[in-house]
Amino acid sequence: MSKINNFLEEQELIELYKKMVLIRKFEEKCSQMYLRGSISGFTHLYIGEEAIAVGTVSALFDKDYIVSAYRDHGHALAKGSSSSKVMAELFGKSTGLCQGFGGSMHLFDAKKRFMGGYAIVGGGIPIAVGIGMSINYKDEDLVCVCFFGDGAVNEGAFHEGLNLAKLWNLPVLFVCENNYYGMGTSVNRASSVEKIYKRACSYDIPSLAINGMDVIEVRRTVDSTVKKIRRGSGPHFIEMQTYRYRAHSMADPDRYRTPEEETIWKERDPIEHYARCLITEGIIDTYELSKINEYINNEINEAVKFAENSPEPSIDLLHEYVYAE
Amino acid sequence: MTELSYRDALNLALKEEMDRDPEIMILGEEVAFYQGTYKVTRGLYAQYGENRVKDTPISEEMIVGAAIGAAMSGLRPIAEIMTINFTLLAMDQIVNHAAKIHYMFGGQVKIPLVIRTPQGAGNQLGAQHSQHLEAYFFHCPGIRVVAPSSPADAKGLLKSAIRDDNPVLFIEDQNLYNTKGEVPYYDYIVPLGIANIVKTGDDITIISYSKSIQDCLKAAKILENYDINAEIIDLRCLNPLDTTSIFQSVKKTGLAIIVNEAWKTGSVASEISSLITENCFEYLEAPVLRICAQDVPMPYNKVLEKASLPDIETIVDSVLDMLKIEKTKKT
Repeated sequence: MSKINNFLEEQELIELYKKMVLIRKFEEKCSQMYLRGSISGFTHLYIGEEAIAVGTVSALFDKDYIVSAYRDHGHALAKGSSSSKVMAELFGKSTGLCQGFGGSMHLFDAKKRFMGGYAIVGGGIPIAVGIGMSINYKDEDLVCVCFFGDGAVNEGAFHEGLNLAKLWNLPVLFVCENNYYGMGTSVNRASSVEKIYKRACSYDIPSLAINGMDVIEVRRTVDSTVKKIRRGSGPHFIEMQTYRYRAHSMADPDRYRTPEEETIWKERDPIEHYARCLITEGIIDTYELSKINEYINNEINEAVKFAENSPEPSIDLLHEYVYAE
Repeated sequence: MTELSYRDALNLALKEEMDRDPEIMILGEEVAFYQGTYKVTRGLYAQYGENRVKDTPISEEMIVGAAIGAAMSGLRPIAEIMTINFTLLAMDQIVNHAAKIHYMFGGQVKIPLVIRTPQGAGNQLGAQHSQHLEAYFFHCPGIRVVAPSSPADAKGLLKSAIRDDNPVLFIEDQNLYNTKGEVPYYDYIVPLGIANIVKTGDDITIISYSKSIQDCLKAAKILENYDINAEIIDLRCLNPLDTTSIFQSVKKTGLAIIVNEAWKTGSVASEISSLITENCFEYLEAPVLRICAQDVPMPYNKVLEKASLPDIETIVDSVLDMLKIEKTKKT
């Protein structure tokens, strides 16, 4: 765990903890709600990977863009979307972020510049590159962060996207969340190059691999990388090594990983480690941590209540959004 | 009015729109330095510079995806895909992304995107470069499909497509690029979804679009020798489809044929035939007829290629057959 003293203001350090706990508890609640039948469809949980979304997004401006894939709840919450509206979307309710038209895999929050969850592997990458093109076109001081998994690096869209981003020197940060499995297939069974960060090297994109279980390491790396991008140094690539504690989706029986492997990763839990670090360095005590946990439990319970009490979208809206008027 | 080719009419529309709105930009293969594979973007790179007219690598999925991202963040991109055959490489971005984003995100974001792409057969380009694929896109809700048949429509429809807030697949016919016609020089707009009755008549309705309109007009001229007065509807747009004009005409004539150069099975003609049957059945004096390409990959050989495509003669013969009129030397 990186030393955290003198890195950020105390309040910011605590905020990182809060956001990670929010995502963890939100996802645990989703799991319950899915098993209860309140959430349907494919639901991909972010548990174990929280440090990536939180560390990365905390280094951005509000006006910066992020693009996600189908494991997108954590990214939306990290970017500031309301937990109630995200939960309501998973419930398919009219008060959801996308009024119930999107669901778990298709969150979107225009106001927060959360530019969408896309459920075709690699599909968000060309879109993020296009947003980068737009930023340069308008000569803005912004970046677009594109999150995707280790599975996406074997898609054509990934290679077309990285090539164009570098060719046009676009302000895009590619964040590969390497959780070592594309659904049930491990990286070493899917990629000829085992170290994923090397994939970006063939496009001359500065690239490195970091510990994605350490929110401070993520934050530090993204901070310095995003500064370089804002200064016009073009796209960068960061492989963030992590682990999803749960199966690929709620529908996945998860029979391809060993309990030993899971234990090794869980011992590096991003939230527990960070909490210990905050306590050791005297930034927070156990009482304050428990208050935060309590506060977030309340927020999640409120989100569920909000979702449960919200109406279904009107059938009159079935055709409403097919075309923009 | 001024006489322009279909190509120059498109070029003029692009220029007028780019002058009007600085958020409009063009990207695609060979659009800038090379000035367009079919020279539709001629002069634009010199006039507007590399920020607004961008050459891309041969990466169709990326071209459309980047255009979507740009459209979501404030630009109005026009992506050129060199031929419609290559749109299949971008199908994921067109169908899974462009056509879905406004809907699945609950109307939060618009995709004002035009994908310009030519199609056409009859030039011995073989199976992979001669396809008419409009039905693939026509099938998908969320994307407009436009197919102009004349220089004036090319200009007016392209300007509408650029101003539309939806993804639009704008299909140009590569065999029409050199055809000439009168084009209004002012800010001429043809709204999407309004068909053009290019010839009025009472005996039979011929529905078509794009290059086939010319064949239909020539066929109608021949049919006049048999005292058959055909009404010809140029759809201009397949989505939105002007069903009102189709139904009005068919109710008047009682007979309908649809002509398209795409494969017959699952074609636009098939869908229009169904629509007519569902909505005008009691007015019909004969079954609706589809005149389309044969269901074969395009052969290279000139004779075989010609045999696979509908032409003026097929249209004339089909109409005479429908009306049970014997063909004479009048044709």
